[in-house]
Amino acid sequence: MKFYIALLVMGILTQNFVLSKFLGICPFLGVSKKLNTAVGMSGAVIFVMLLATAVTYPLNILLENNGMEYLQTIVFILVIAALVQMVEIILKKYMKPLYNSLGIYLPLITTNCAVLGVVILNIDNITAYQAYNYGFLHSMVNSFAAGAGFMLAMVLFAGVRSRLETADVPKALQGLPITLVSASIVSLSFLGFGGIVEGMGLM
Amino acid sequence: MAEKTKPNYGKELTKGFLKENPVLRLVLGTCPTLATSTSVVNGIGMGIAATIVLICSNIAISAMRKIIPEKARIPAYIVIIASFVTVVQMLVKAFVPALDASLGVFLPLIVVNCIILGRAEAYASKNPVLLSAIDGLGMGIGFTAALFCMGAVRELLGAGTFLSGIDTMLGAYIDLNGFTGFDFTDELGSIGLAPMTLFILPAGGFFVFGMLMALANKLAEKKGLQSATLNGCKGCPHASFCAEFSEGKENASQCSKEEAEKEEQVKTEEKEEAPVNESGEAKKDKKKRTEADKKDNGKKESIDEEPLPEVIPEFLKKDIENNKNKEESEE
Repeated sequence: MKFYIALLVMGILTQNFVLSKFLGICPFLGVSKKLNTAVGMSGAVIFVMLLATAVTYPLNILLENNGMEYLQTIVFILVIAALVQMVEIILKKYMKPLYNSLGIYLPLITTNCAVLGVVILNIDNITAYQAYNYGFLHSMVNSFAAGAGFMLAMVLFAGVRSRLETADVPKALQGLPITLVSASIVSLSFLGFGGIVEGMGLM
Repeated sequence: MAEKTKPNYGKELTKGFLKENPVLRLVLGTCPTLATSTSVVNGIGMGIAATIVLICSNIAISAMRKIIPEKARIPAYIVIIASFVTVVQMLVKAFVPALDASLGVFLPLIVVNCIILGRAEAYASKNPVLLSAIDGLGMGIGFTAALFCMGAVRELLGAGTFLSGIDTMLGAYIDLNGFTGFDFTDELGSIGLAPMTLFILPAGGFFVFGMLMALANKLAEKKGLQSATLNGCKGCPHASFCAEFSEGKENASQCSKEEAEKEEQVKTEEKEEAPVNESGEAKKDKKKRTEADKKDNGKKESIDEEPLPEVIPEFLKKDIENNKNKEESEE
């Protein structure tokens, strides 16, 4: 149980996907201008991350049993791309309200490095956390934590950006540069969470 | 073409260095830029790996640009890029294991690097093989140069070293005479200074990137160019989505609604025609329809842009001619 909590804390706070692992920077900078789009996008990311992990975990076992680990990258990206397309079609057909709130973000996610990143990191974690018997459930919790961390960063940053729009910024820094500098400050604030997991006496 | 393109080779190569630098001007590939620029050696390693993939994928995609169908192009590009990434990944693991360890997850993540997919979409799918290879090399050098700048600033300020770790990367292949990179920590310590670890941490990465981009914008402004914006990443296949979302949700949902309606229309049309014969005629009909669509689109566009309604853009003319030729040959 402790390890699950540790995974959640790590994913959301201490090793935030966006602010400390630099995964998913493009949507973080591109879609975080408004709060509702930020929430919608991150909801879709959590959804796809969980789904992708659920599908790629057994696939990885299949690859490993056949000695084809080297195909991981190709298989995973193809599975994610196909999955995202399929989910979009299914949502459009059968779950119109969900499609209207999440579906429009799905094409953006196909080549989002956060999704492929979480899938690959889960596979890497199996050997890294062997002592904790890292398995399917851990992978799912880790994926959820990563997605929730992405959401937290997006929502926080949407707030920061709405303030930035009214700020008087030097001309050379206007636009992306000041956005990056404020991202740096948000990232800095997340450093304050360091040591929580170590304090739990786990890692 | 031959006479025209000859003087362009140099330009195609150098445009990626500064004028269209993928990181600082087109704002592509931000994730690996921020994550792997903790030291100069890491940055250059990442840059070279991405450059190799970029050149190879540009060559392959350009060579196959006439075979790959328009609608299935993004998955096809992704497969091609993923294959080359796997090759590079295996080479790095075999020959420079230290680099594999320090790049970690970002080595396989070259697959989703926007620079590579972006250049495939914006350049390699429209240009001949040699030009595409040169474009890939130029863009790769631009990416590596940006990573070098970021890495140099972050390593010098954050660790007080320069080129540290070069011996673990290249020591097995080149005789470095015991050179392990410059180390300024002692000199700094003697005047009571310690390196600012912050710059190696993620926060420092964002900060240095922001400052470099401000500098690039300032230089661009002097040359009369626009400052870099994320929406301006015209090469990225998702640029239109990004722009829609940053403008507001309403627009985006409207667009998707329109798309859905269009798709439904197409579906019903297809259903009507489905029983009529098999592939041959149906295909032709589809082609004709797409041609007609294209013509319509072309006209609409030209109406928007120019007063002449009859003008069809040249690339559409070529497309239409090609399609006609194909049909004839099929018959």
